Amino acid sequence: MAGWRIRSCVPVAFGAAAALLLAGCANPSTGSATDDPTKPVTLKFWHGWSDANEVKAINASIARFEKLHPNIKVKSTGNVSDDTINQALRAGGSDTPDVVTSFTTNNVGQYCSSGMWADLDPFMKKDGIDKAKVFPKTLLDYTQYEGDQCALPLLADAYGLYYNKDDFKAAGIASPPKTMSEFQADAVKLTQHAKNGAITRAGFMPNFRLYQNSPDRMLAQWGPTYFDKQGKAQLADDPKVTQFFKAMNDISSAEGGHQKLENLRAGFGDEFSDGNGFLQNKLAMHLDGEWRGLMLKDAGAKFHWGVAPLPVPDDQADTYGRGYLTGTVTGIAHSSTHQNAAWELVKYLTTNTDQVVDFANDIHNVPSTNAALASPKLTPDPNFRAFIKIAQNKYSSAIPPSENGGMYITSFQDFSYSQEEGGEKNLRAGLKKLDKQIDADNLQSES
Amino acid sequence: MAVSLPTAAGASPARSGAGTGPDMTLKRKRNKHRLKVLGFLSPWLIGFSVFFGYPLIATVYFSFMHYNQIEQPSFVGLRNWKYVLTQMPLFGPALWNTVWLVVVMVALRVVFGLGIGMLVTKIKTGVGLFRTAFYLPYLAPPVAATVAFVFLLNPSTGPVNQVLGWIGINGPTWFNDPHWAKPSLVLLSLWGVGDLMVIFMASLLDVPKEQYEAADLDGAGAVAKFRYVTWPTITPIVLFAVVTGVVQTMQYYTQALVAGKIASGVSIGPGSVIQPGYPDHSTLTVPQLVYQLGFQNFNTGAACVLSLVLFVIAMAVTLLLMRKNAGLIPAED
Repeated sequence: MAGWRIRSCVPVAFGAAAALLLAGCANPSTGSATDDPTKPVTLKFWHGWSDANEVKAINASIARFEKLHPNIKVKSTGNVSDDTINQALRAGGSDTPDVVTSFTTNNVGQYCSSGMWADLDPFMKKDGIDKAKVFPKTLLDYTQYEGDQCALPLLADAYGLYYNKDDFKAAGIASPPKTMSEFQADAVKLTQHAKNGAITRAGFMPNFRLYQNSPDRMLAQWGPTYFDKQGKAQLADDPKVTQFFKAMNDISSAEGGHQKLENLRAGFGDEFSDGNGFLQNKLAMHLDGEWRGLMLKDAGAKFHWGVAPLPVPDDQADTYGRGYLTGTVTGIAHSSTHQNAAWELVKYLTTNTDQVVDFANDIHNVPSTNAALASPKLTPDPNFRAFIKIAQNKYSSAIPPSENGGMYITSFQDFSYSQEEGGEKNLRAGLKKLDKQIDADNLQSES
Repeated sequence: MAVSLPTAAGASPARSGAGTGPDMTLKRKRNKHRLKVLGFLSPWLIGFSVFFGYPLIATVYFSFMHYNQIEQPSFVGLRNWKYVLTQMPLFGPALWNTVWLVVVMVALRVVFGLGIGMLVTKIKTGVGLFRTAFYLPYLAPPVAATVAFVFLLNPSTGPVNQVLGWIGINGPTWFNDPHWAKPSLVLLSLWGVGDLMVIFMASLLDVPKEQYEAADLDGAGAVAKFRYVTWPTITPIVLFAVVTGVVQTMQYYTQALVAGKIASGVSIGPGSVIQPGYPDHSTLTVPQLVYQLGFQNFNTGAACVLSLVLFVIAMAVTLLLMRKNAGLIPAED
């Protein structure tokens, strides 16, 4: 009798476990777009801004929105990372946000393909918004994946070259470099060494781990093609990628070598502190986004500085003015049951010209609509305007979205770190292996 | 506490009246006894089922599924296993680093813990001060301790390399050098060896003094006394320290992640993802990879495969250590 009970209990236990498994796997929650946006509602809005000035600006934006839509209250939560948003939307529950933002465009492919962020095309169609006319093409491209427009740009970031005008004057350099060969020559002139050979100031630090120096951002100057028409990685077959690594290695070697630059980098303070290498004049030229200008002003930089586009390869001199583009994106959580009200907030933040201009001026970001980019209300600061020009340059580019999110960029970064440390003796063979790896990762992410 | 069980042999005389009074009483007693046993066992049974049994079954189940934690899981056979074991380049370095840390860190922690334990049981004055001094670092939060170590060992601005420079030694770049990053983590773990010191100290104080006195009379030296008196008594504690050390180090995550993140100098903002392993994947551990796959890439299947690999290795190492001829289980008399 006891034996029978044990025998019968085992399948029951396993059955219960299986039931639990299935219960745990169910889609956490499904939202709807059947709500009436004119009815009173409270929206939960998660964003990534954390700096006091930025929080003040986004709160002011929300206040303006609430004034226009008195029935909609917005409860905002700041300093939320992509990981947190990803995990919260998967976990579901009543506290999950209705409107979400991401500070990177890397994950848009994953948000769209998984259905985690709702498709915004039906909402735009309903309101008669022609997205191709409202948003610049590059920005529109990085907020969609395979036709699913699950995000919209909420201000953009353009990358350019900050340079120390005092250092340039002392080194006898009249203007910022335009081509890679000029760039290397100027970088060498601006580099200073101590008696023991250690670098005390780098003309330009090409090290990929420095602050915003992610290799994909620098590679944008070459205009690479990451994937072929079949979606297969083709970094090994694109000669621009090889040229890029050679150019970075040449600058590094000409200045004293990677390790010496790494030793200099190890002494830098945090990027967003007063210990920043450029602010400390340990870097004469530096790749950064448009927000750095405001920070340099706030920190009271003790030198004159300017902004120019990052140089381009010598054989692509006509593309000078280009730069890497990215930005904050926003969308509606798939689990939101107030999607129509959520759309009102997304629409206001992303398409209302005055709002976009005000917000861009407040946090020193590049506006993300064509109308806002052309607005006379934009701050006249020439250093900021330089980024507007980079954003409008026809050769400026962003990374292509992938179902795997930014995983291929992570793999590319890993490879680049190894390459700059001398770990990749045969560049082409290494890139071939990297392509194979990216393809395997992408295949793994497919259902 | 002893419970007398009605045995089958004891029950046989009552069989003459099958299905009647005495038989039913016996059954009721047996059932009552079973329920009592189950009642006492239930806290463990529930805990085991909920926190071990179910997660283990779920992990095996998901290792054969494609599941991004949004869509319904779909069966993919051995695809996740093939991906992790043959296509994922970070699996090899992560496994190697984890095994390296298990072997070196656990061994050195046990040796240092035992050594300091012996030291503080031998010294005559200032015992309390030394015990406190050696134990206190263990109480430091792991993140704070790691941040402090990265600062101390900063190759450009850290005081350690400055002091080394004064005596003519060109210090390594510690957490910034792939060859020195793991040894730096071991240094950090040795600094916080207070937990092992306490348990070794307790076990050393538990060795009967008479045995040392008898050994003295036999003319045994310090090494012989340790070999024949101390060691046999403390081996169960050494076994405990090694097994728990292996299991903990197999789950090594926080210190390696924080050290790599700070030493890399890469800024982490809301839009960025922490990439563990700096420099050159030398501090990447299997648990970090599990988290990255499972909760950043949402590749649940591959994360489950890695977890199972880790589980199997931990079990195998533990069973190996628990064998009698491993030398850590005292021989029964």
